[in-house]
Amino acid sequence: MMNLSYYPGCTLKTKAKNFEDSAIAFMSTLGIDLIELPRWNCCGASYCLADDDLIHQVAPVRDLIRVKEQSVRGILPLKPPKVVTLCPFCYNTLKRANLIVKNDPSKKDTLNSFMDDEIDYQGEVETVHLLEVLRDDIGWEAIAEKVKVPLKGLIVAPYYGCTLIRPREIAIDDVERPTVLHRLMETLGATVVDFPLATECCGSFQSVSNPDLAAETAWNILTLAQRQGAEALVLSCPLCEYNLGFQQKLMMKKHGEFKGIPTPYFTQLLALALGAAPESCGFDQGYTDSRALLQSKGLLS
Amino acid sequence: MRVELTSEKLHGSFVAKVEEISGQDLLSCYQCGKCSAGCPMSFAMDILPNQIIRLAQLGMEVEIAESKAIWLCATCITCAARCPRGCDLSRVMEALRLLTLRKNVDAVEPSRIPEEALADLPQIALVSCFRKFTA
Ligand code: SF4
Ligand code: SF4
Repeated sequence: MMNLSYYPGCTLKTKAKNFEDSAIAFMSTLGIDLIELPRWNCCGASYCLADDDLIHQVAPVRDLIRVKEQSVRGILPLKPPKVVTLCPFCYNTLKRANLIVKNDPSKKDTLNSFMDDEIDYQGEVETVHLLEVLRDDIGWEAIAEKVKVPLKGLIVAPYYGCTLIRPREIAIDDVERPTVLHRLMETLGATVVDFPLATECCGSFQSVSNPDLAAETAWNILTLAQRQGAEALVLSCPLCEYNLGFQQKLMMKKHGEFKGIPTPYFTQLLALALGAAPESCGFDQGYTDSRALLQSKGLLS
Repeated sequence: MRVELTSEKLHGSFVAKVEEISGQDLLSCYQCGKCSAGCPMSFAMDILPNQIIRLAQLGMEVEIAESKAIWLCATCITCAARCPRGCDLSRVMEALRLLTLRKNVDAVEPSRIPEEALADLPQIALVSCFRKFTA
């Protein structure tokens, strides 16, 4: 078993429990033990882009220090210490905050002096996303060997969104042409279609202040994927799922011809393909319902 | 649009402040328009992203403060990833927002968000919205 420190973040404990639950459902099958980070705090969700503002970096850096503490105490075998994220917003914020500590000695000193009892931090912790663990540590071949329910006949469009691939310094894959979700879905036996808006922003948090505009952006993405023949859009982010999934009701009101499309997380399809119990895949808790589609393909009873 | 350029505007404290907060050299932008072409929210903006940075170069503080564009930016970082001049427009947008927010002015009033929406919105959406649009 590979022990990995795991940072869940706020959304996975509330609105996107099915994202976390479905990931946990297949972890042991792949030989991974996720150890939830003790005393984690909200990372701040959206990375602060102001050069003269360090206070908003305290929260993510404190989380990274907690990971280093685990490693110093010997709870984590991996050196340098690694922390796995599932939420792409958390991934982005933690990873970018660490770049400040690594690249700016004076800001690093200021951040360290701001902490109370925390140990000194030099930017040692590497933040990774679960997709990187699947690709780089486990590998597609090893995953393919474990597939019990191949996703045969299921036509999916992988959708990447923003925060896993931008900016370049923290991208888990090619910025303009990522393939990691494509490879994963192929490994599980699904048919993958490509479409030009796989890296286009879904409207992000504009859905709070300008829901109609965000829904228009999201509608563009969904209809283009459908035109390429996609039966489902595979996601990796709870905010994408809200904008591209939940907001489909709004799109249907405005665009009478629009037919919905399921928006499962990659973890749900992975859990299903690896033979996890259907209840633990959380298909009943999504903003959209993938069950009818999966049943029609004989993948779910 | 008719624009009056003055030395005070071009070399004034507004330009210096935007550059300080964003960490970007505003004159690095040569107005190719790539940022606006790829911006997912530009369809709804009154002033396009490349025009925003042009106005910032010229010190046109009032025009920017009155625009809706900086509040429609979703910080998706597409502009920054594609700029051929390496200018990070997402940081310029943030600096321009902060010049308003730091006067203790909110761009989004949390109490106006409908309760039904609050019940369903993921935390990352709410926290991000408040971080970017409230003082
Ligand atoms: S892409 Fe860069 S150089 Fe081109 S207009 Fe936008 S900011 Fe300026
Ligand atoms: S970061 Fe803002 S301005 Fe830049 S492309 Fe995204 S929404 Fe447009």
